[in-house]
Amino acid sequence: MKIALFATCIVDAMYPSTARATVSILERLGHQVVFPAGQGCCGQMHLNSGYFPEAVPVIRNHVEAFEAEDYDVAVAPSGSCVASVKHQHAMLARAIGDKDLEARATAVGARTYELSALLTDVLGVTDAAAQMGSWYPHRITYHPSCHGMRLLRLGDRQSNLLRTVEGLELEPLPQADQCCGFGGTFSLKNADVSSAMLADKDANISATGAQLCTGGDASCLMHIGGGLSREGSSIATLHFAEILASTREDPAPAPDALRKPAGSTAGSIAERARR
Amino acid sequence: MSSTYLGMPALPAYGQGNLHATEAFPAAAQRELGNTQLRANLGHATHTIRDKRLRVVAELPDWEELRNAGAATKASVMARLPELLEQFEANFTARGGTIHWARDAAEANRIVRDLIRDAGADEVVKVKSMATQEIGLNEYLEEQGIAAFETDLAELIVQLDHDKPSHILVPAIHKNRSQVRDIFLREMPGVDPDLTDNPARLAEASRMHLRRKFLSAKVAISGANFAIADSGTLGVVESEGNGRMCLTLPETLITVMGVEKLLPSFQDLEVFMQLLPRSSTGERMNPYTSFWTGVTKGDGPQDVHLVLLDNGRSAALADEMGRSALHCIRCSACMNVCPVYERTGGHAYGSTYPGPIGAILSPLLTGITSEENASLPYASSLCGACYDACPVKINIPEILVHLRSVDVESRRGNAAGKKKLPGQMDVAMKAASWAMGSGRRMALVEKALPLGQLAAGPDKKIKKLPGIAAGWTQSRDLPAPPARSFRDWWAKERGNTSSKEKA
Repeated sequence: MKIALFATCIVDAMYPSTARATVSILERLGHQVVFPAGQGCCGQMHLNSGYFPEAVPVIRNHVEAFEAEDYDVAVAPSGSCVASVKHQHAMLARAIGDKDLEARATAVGARTYELSALLTDVLGVTDAAAQMGSWYPHRITYHPSCHGMRLLRLGDRQSNLLRTVEGLELEPLPQADQCCGFGGTFSLKNADVSSAMLADKDANISATGAQLCTGGDASCLMHIGGGLSREGSSIATLHFAEILASTREDPAPAPDALRKPAGSTAGSIAERARR
Repeated sequence: MSSTYLGMPALPAYGQGNLHATEAFPAAAQRELGNTQLRANLGHATHTIRDKRLRVVAELPDWEELRNAGAATKASVMARLPELLEQFEANFTARGGTIHWARDAAEANRIVRDLIRDAGADEVVKVKSMATQEIGLNEYLEEQGIAAFETDLAELIVQLDHDKPSHILVPAIHKNRSQVRDIFLREMPGVDPDLTDNPARLAEASRMHLRRKFLSAKVAISGANFAIADSGTLGVVESEGNGRMCLTLPETLITVMGVEKLLPSFQDLEVFMQLLPRSSTGERMNPYTSFWTGVTKGDGPQDVHLVLLDNGRSAALADEMGRSALHCIRCSACMNVCPVYERTGGHAYGSTYPGPIGAILSPLLTGITSEENASLPYASSLCGACYDACPVKINIPEILVHLRSVDVESRRGNAAGKKKLPGQMDVAMKAASWAMGSGRRMALVEKALPLGQLAAGPDKKIKKLPGIAAGWTQSRDLPAPPARSFRDWWAKERGNTSSKEKA
């Protein structure tokens, strides 16, 4: 199958390893990956903040970029961006009365999948260890992000895939379905409420005893991880694509390596001693 | 002025009364977040009701069908509202009731005052009602020398404490029982000075206090959960029996109801009586359900009035995207599942209607006319829990986003308002739209990623951001960006060609 990767703006700019992991998973399953070079962002930030005219060129660009490429399905490692592509693009096109854009956005949205939905529903992955060699021998917990859970109805797809990773121990997260408090510009406009929601989410994560929290949205993980980091917690965050992509031969970083700040005292002394 | 009077008074565009926030949500929320007692009480109460609701909803195999039926009935009511209101008026009047039409809060308050004076009363008992809170009736009557006594226990607590409700179903959700005991001791005439905070003792004290009022009041004021167009029937559902007392004992009964509470026929109650108690209190059925159709000679109130309230509802109805907010049956399920409400409580929203529904309903009824009520649609992370919980499927997140766009447009001056100077957010959004609207421009901007690394400390974390981004680093570190973007990596490693498909 020829699969077009929508890296999403935050993964492209802040977490390129998540996009590389997505490519690696799909290629390991025997599929061809293309990267439509014209892609930018899904426009969710503009839409959800009420900046509809500013969202139009971003959405138009997304539709054009993904129409320009020949592929079977498109995939993004992000529930919220896929929800935007599937649900918001055609809606905005309708709102501005652009029937042509509406039809094209609907077509692009219909063949765009969130990563776990593509793996589970289209590519038939039921056992990550057996089918992709996934190996990540660590104790982790999992936060299902709101848009994947409620707009895309991903259900247990992400956690079911994680359960089949060799060596992985999955700790249940109390009140997992509660929002982490990110919410895009909500975290800036209502920083105090967002911080209070984050504090509860991070306390629940800490209570699991896991070394790492995973999920399907880079932005929620950046928010959750940013709070844990500020608290001085040893718990790291990592996108589930990177865990699925992790193998014995090419392992993803262990939780302590992810959390350990480069150049911190403990790390650097040990590293210097080794040199 | 050269306009011609066509015999039809224009409705005021927007609602008045307790619908306006007096403080922007972020500031009010910050203050409420500091109240640890409030947060503990709210967290406990919302989680308890939330779990109860989930249990009783799970018992119904056709819950989704019921929600669809409720939403469809409400949509059809909104589409035929004038016709149904006239049908209701004809039936209610034929059965001996009197209808009064009120365009706004001030008009409704005056009508109620005049009716009380006509009955020769200077005190009234009240059944809990959101509509009368919306129009500020108690405060108005007090100014007019009429005492209005709330008879719902939680409303009574809030009223005695000179406070405002924090929740539409559980108005005293923010108070615990020792606080309640202190309020009773301080404010309740003739209360037992040895009162403890035992719930049974507290209930007994309020019962003694209220019984005197029920038996002496000549006038009662209620809201209504439903008005049935084809029979002219009004209905109230409640839990304590205080409503039943108010609706049957006094000589005069005055009901104040928003025009959107109408249902076409008695049969529609089948759906709504399943949806409302389960969504509201997490019960299969509420303890007391009272219906009255006009006047019954020699039984119950002999002088029965209904004040039909617009107060911004026509304006909300005119908003194609927002009008389904009027489907709301005031069950409070959305606030019980809202992570924002759970932490701030109802007072932060500044209106009679708090929580997710308040964040859309208040600005729809008042219009986005002030900075304070324009802040309400932003009081949500758009997590979607409210939409899932709503028994009549109001797509609250979608309406929140719509109202945000109305706010943004009002600042641009595209709506009726005057153009304002663009703020930092406006400028940032414009710049981001330019950058994110093209792969080439994204690549260009991403060349600056190493600059972000410079902003980080030796631990590769950014701990302080300027301007509108400062909120982020209030409680969160931002990781330093990578040296190169994925796009850059792909171009260098894979060039313009795609990966090869394995044979």
